Amino acid sequence: MLKITNLHAKIEDKDILKGINLEVKPGEVHAIMGPNGSGKSTLASVLAGREDYEVTEGSVDFRGKDLLELSPEDRAREGIFLAFQYPVEIPGVSTTNFLKTAVNQIREYRGLDPLDAVAFLTMMKQKMKLVEIDQSLLSRSLNEGFSGGEKKRNEIFQMAMLEPKLAILDETDSGLDIDALKVVANGVNQLKSKENATIVVTHYQRLLDYIVPDFVHILYNGRIVKSGDKDLALKLEKQGYDWIKENVSL
Amino acid sequence: MSKDNQILEEFTSREYEHGWSIDLDADQAPKGLNEDIVRFISAKKEEPEWLLEYRLKAYRHWLKLTEPSWANVKYPKIDFQDMIYYSAPKTKKKINSLDELDPEMRATFEKLGISLEEQKRLTGVAVDAVFDSVSVATTFKDKLSELGIIFCSFSEAVKDHPELIKKYLGSVVPATDNYYAALNSAVFSDGSFCYVPEGVRCPMELSTYFRINAANTGQFERTLIIAEPGSYVSYLEGCTAPMRDENQLHAAVVEIYVKGHAEVKYSTVQNWYPGDKNGKGGIYNFVTKRALCAGDFSKISWTQVETGSAVTWKYPSCILKGDNSIGEFYSVAVTNNYQQADTGTKMLHLGKNTKSRIVSKGVSAGKSQNSYRGQVEVHSRAKGARNFSQCDSLLMGSECGAHTFPYIDVKNNSAQVEHEATTSKIGEDQIFYCTQRGIDEESAVALIVNGYCKEVLNQLPMEFAVEAQKLLALTLEGSVG
Repeated sequence: MLKITNLHAKIEDKDILKGINLEVKPGEVHAIMGPNGSGKSTLASVLAGREDYEVTEGSVDFRGKDLLELSPEDRAREGIFLAFQYPVEIPGVSTTNFLKTAVNQIREYRGLDPLDAVAFLTMMKQKMKLVEIDQSLLSRSLNEGFSGGEKKRNEIFQMAMLEPKLAILDETDSGLDIDALKVVANGVNQLKSKENATIVVTHYQRLLDYIVPDFVHILYNGRIVKSGDKDLALKLEKQGYDWIKENVSL
Repeated sequence: MSKDNQILEEFTSREYEHGWSIDLDADQAPKGLNEDIVRFISAKKEEPEWLLEYRLKAYRHWLKLTEPSWANVKYPKIDFQDMIYYSAPKTKKKINSLDELDPEMRATFEKLGISLEEQKRLTGVAVDAVFDSVSVATTFKDKLSELGIIFCSFSEAVKDHPELIKKYLGSVVPATDNYYAALNSAVFSDGSFCYVPEGVRCPMELSTYFRINAANTGQFERTLIIAEPGSYVSYLEGCTAPMRDENQLHAAVVEIYVKGHAEVKYSTVQNWYPGDKNGKGGIYNFVTKRALCAGDFSKISWTQVETGSAVTWKYPSCILKGDNSIGEFYSVAVTNNYQQADTGTKMLHLGKNTKSRIVSKGVSAGKSQNSYRGQVEVHSRAKGARNFSQCDSLLMGSECGAHTFPYIDVKNNSAQVEHEATTSKIGEDQIFYCTQRGIDEESAVALIVNGYCKEVLNQLPMEFAVEAQKLLALTLEGSVG
């Protein structure tokens, strides 16, 4: 589904990604861990198409298409979803209105008729249950005045509505208490299927107790320096990142 | 935007090629302004002596005034002797069907969601008898007259209801009020007159069905609305469709007289030609709009969506004379390219317990300058007066400007005056958040701007609000990226 080959990226004059190789297949959950500044969020942003970053080398194939050639909106329409670490506030625009615009533009791209109000609301009701989100939240201005937990839950709700092929969760656990974390993780697990894949970007092992990864990759200094199964995350938790830093010769 | 201007450019220059606007001009005054011209206008319109006197008095006063320069706008000096102050109303060249229209112009109409029938009227397509705008207008006029509501052109009102015009003309905006009001009072071309009798609630949005007819009122438009005690009327002015006029200067006057327990809602959508993307051409729109809440418990509500004109200079004001009267001002002003807008309101609290509310949303893009200028004045008699003002500015890009000039003058210590102001930028973060969800950039900007203006757009009549939303998106097209 996703094949990243020797990906290099920089912001301004600073090289951040220095040759990432990663393959994600349908149905898989990959966790990307690493210390602060290792390039985790950059990788997520580059995949989603954020313009601040410049890709200097390498390629990304997404379901047979050259992802790097696509605009951010077309990547989304092809099925990439990024759950933001810091969801952005848009005053005066309700989540409902925002999603209706998004859903219908994605449908148009895929050659489908737009959903009418009734069909859209039916879909919304269904997905609301899945992520235990309250209707009142969805009619408020998008993310404005939301608590940290509400923002993250709203991200997962959007993910449920847009039904991505590949979901990238960027530090979705940051700022969440344990109850909110469980709700969010539960939502992600509910949305998992054989056809879609998830990349979980996180600093801590904690989230991986609830979203169990098939693969764990450790990103350090712009490269994946170690890959393994979920035990790698546990080891990391026990021994800290220093262990990695010592074991990697750069 | 530039694309639309180009469309407009092509569209209008094509009309000139056919020469329709040149040959029909036999019936016009010579260039320049003097007392003879004022007399000429009055005579052409077969006005009574007292109205000529009114015009002459205004003209003589205008001569003594100097052009105001305090507004935060720059434009070349206007040569008032280089203008034509009267030409007989022209008829647009008829075309046979919309298919003859520039396809891009049609696309603009479609983007705005303007109905086919209306497109025909706007572009001068010959319409069949059923939809003929005159007959539609007549039907509604009949319905209105059953209720005693008078709604007609200003010239008709001068002929048919001289006593009302004589009594109320200049009662809210005196001929001596300011430079442009004086000029308008001397040479006004035509406009609308509306009278709602005591206790009558006007059952329809006035001018929804008439806005096309009213389009040809010339550059010095004059509007007078009178709401008798306990009446209500919602009045709609303007049009979302792009409007082009060969007259560069527009100086309109709108007067509204509101009596006790009456309410007037006045909504404007202004989309005059703003000039091309290099700032060439475009309309100067210098307007005086004022409402007098004369009676107790009266209410006036101004809502405006300003997207057009090269230079806008406009402050719809409320004189809250009656006790417990209410004034409201809701405004969205969008400027792009080289447009300049200096707009806001005045709230004059004279009566006890008078309330006013100001919500102003400025959006600046391109190299434009957008200023809010507002004055809240509480007089010594206005015990318990309250005002709340909110002025927000939104910037798109780094070459535009947003300015806020609030003036507050309170002479009664029981008054409560609040002012809130914010300035924000459409962030790349916001746009990326939208595009990451599959929304293209233009739609993202439209979504963000409409969200930002929601409070004001909500004040517009429903079908107009939808058009206005699309208009905002169209005005800002191409301003990001």
